Amino acid sequence: MSAEDIHGSAEVAARVERRWATIAVIIIVMMALLAAFAGIHRATMPQPRVETTDPSRIHLSGEFVESNLGSVLEANGNVTVRAIGQQYSFTPACIVVPVDTPITLRATSADVVHGILIQGTNINTMLVPGYVSEQLMRFARTGDYLMPCQEFCSFGHEGMWGKVKVIDKTDFAARAKAGGRLSCVGQ
Amino acid sequence: MLANRKLILAHFWLAFAVFGVALTLGAWQMFIRSPIGTWLSNPELYYRSLTAHGTVMGYVFPTLVAMGFGYAISESALEQRLVGVRWAWGGFWLIVIGSIMAVIPVALGRASVLYTFYPPLIGNVFYYLGVVLVVVGSWIWVALMSINLRVWRKANPGAAVPLAMYANVAGSYLWAWTAVGAALELLLQIIPVAAGLKATIDAGLARVFFSWTLHAIVYFWLMPTYIAYYTIVPRAIGGRVYSDSMARISFILFLVVAMPIGMHHTFADPMVGAGFKFIHSAFTALVALPTLLTVFTICASIEIAARLRGGRGLFGWIRALPWDNPMLLALAFSFIMLGFGGAGGLINMSYQLDASIHNTQWITGHFHLIFGGAIVIMYFAIAYDLWPHLTGRDLIDLRLIRTQLWLWFIGMIVTTFPWHWVGILGMPRRMAYFDFGDPAIAPQALSVTLSAIGGFILLSSGILFLVILARGMRAPQAEAGPYRFALAVHQPATVPIALNTHALWVALMIALTLTNYGYPILTLAMTEGTSVPAVYVGAQ
Repeated sequence: MSAEDIHGSAEVAARVERRWATIAVIIIVMMALLAAFAGIHRATMPQPRVETTDPSRIHLSGEFVESNLGSVLEANGNVTVRAIGQQYSFTPACIVVPVDTPITLRATSADVVHGILIQGTNINTMLVPGYVSEQLMRFARTGDYLMPCQEFCSFGHEGMWGKVKVIDKTDFAARAKAGGRLSCVGQ
Repeated sequence: MLANRKLILAHFWLAFAVFGVALTLGAWQMFIRSPIGTWLSNPELYYRSLTAHGTVMGYVFPTLVAMGFGYAISESALEQRLVGVRWAWGGFWLIVIGSIMAVIPVALGRASVLYTFYPPLIGNVFYYLGVVLVVVGSWIWVALMSINLRVWRKANPGAAVPLAMYANVAGSYLWAWTAVGAALELLLQIIPVAAGLKATIDAGLARVFFSWTLHAIVYFWLMPTYIAYYTIVPRAIGGRVYSDSMARISFILFLVVAMPIGMHHTFADPMVGAGFKFIHSAFTALVALPTLLTVFTICASIEIAARLRGGRGLFGWIRALPWDNPMLLALAFSFIMLGFGGAGGLINMSYQLDASIHNTQWITGHFHLIFGGAIVIMYFAIAYDLWPHLTGRDLIDLRLIRTQLWLWFIGMIVTTFPWHWVGILGMPRRMAYFDFGDPAIAPQALSVTLSAIGGFILLSSGILFLVILARGMRAPQAEAGPYRFALAVHQPATVPIALNTHALWVALMIALTLTNYGYPILTLAMTEGTSVPAVYVGAQ
């Protein structure tokens, strides 16, 4: 090869390379823009706010005392579910909610790190002691869903499975009339 | 032949020996929690095994490979005597002592906290001290790589640093800085509690510290693999590196953007706000760039080899490649697994999609495919390529080597594809057993069984790998000649200073880490009332 050939081929190589790099950058920018759009426009995003709570006192006072755990029908028709995870169970172990209703899940841990995952859905959050996890959810179908702990929480982790029962809206409203916090433990 | 054969062989043999042990544990874990395994009466044994498997595969094995390979690169690419051989042995023995110190409490069931630590769970203090010693041992290697390059620069002012060494030093800096996150977590938070000096710990802050290490460590594991892509494979198959400067750009991009992205591991966590989650998600997308550039450059480089061998046509050249060459085979397998694993990774780092697979078996499938598959198969290739230069003997049985690589590839696909699938079905990670009798879990039984079979294929491949290396120590003697790296099509005499030094990129790496981690860490550290009582393993 002459010096000129080498120079020419180097230029071709650089041009092809630049083209590929441009395509790669465009792909990446597109991905980030899509995520930003979906996050802002459709409000689909991971938990946005940081809230703390003292795990050594949650059983004594505040929103996570035992009598306040479970599902409650709010005045605006939405439902709030409060739950805690501790080695090796959830309280309540069976969560009951109505179908087709906006639900806010508020949960925390009483000891180590746990996680809540509802199978067959994209509801999935960590429970970190000291912090409150909040997830918005809505079930399109009635039925029973398994709710395993998805984070290693020591030797009994494999036995930490809860349940979610999604029931008819009117059934739920009838049960909620009696007041108090609903769950399906023992049913 | 390399001058520091003993040093490099010690690193490689220790790496592969502990790899063999951890691989066996891994196969047992796959089996025992599958429907074909017998119900484990003591689930705690599973978590001991899991802690040992993760600690060895995450910290000890890849670090030793990077170190041994780094010494070989320093000596052969710079063509100068390795400076600090005594220190290098010191680092090696620190890793040996640290590993032993860590493994004893794990084996006794006093440190079953998994390699990701998970405070407020707290294990025996010697487990953490052992991990710290392993890291300190590797930091000696980081310093030696930097010193050796400096010595070479003095002797060769203004000359282009050989690509292999440039990348190797970038990898060592990446490791030095990424290990700082876990080091801060261990030294400031966990060890004082494990030693009994404190009784409470901020679990949220610890998770943020760990995320600093948790993602970039993968790029540290990846570095030897990428160095092999660029500097070994083209030489081994008779090609040239398509572009020396693009290679350098890829390595510095890893250095700069691998770090400030770790919070995509905490999307589902309550202690980080939406803003930083989004920033880290966007930066994670950016880290795909060096991989996309690498795929292009390497494909172009092997195309050069194929065309030099008479390959023609748009895709016809692929047939002209030397497919019986183990290096090419390893590269092809590695790229296939990198492709699938990378596509899965884009889902994991996605601000929105992550929720559907977070902490499911999908994640375990993902990093086994990337690390155990795409990365480790090139560790095998590196060992095969270096072995004759370390032993002074030929590796003659290429067919056996190809069989080993095929088995690893097939085993990894059979293991990880069903693993991803059960993750989509919502199967959680890290459980000692599953009740496959439950009608809701029964549909996952077949996939889990397949994965367990894949685990045994991997085990057989791992054993074959060790056999090949051991046989290589006894083969007839043969002089392998000097160890060389691939040359570029346009081998540069000089390169721009930015692509010949690391200072600018290290500064950027540190600055970006501070901007992306500084605020979350400071606010968490200053928030009162988030420290929670430690839960000591084995005390219950």
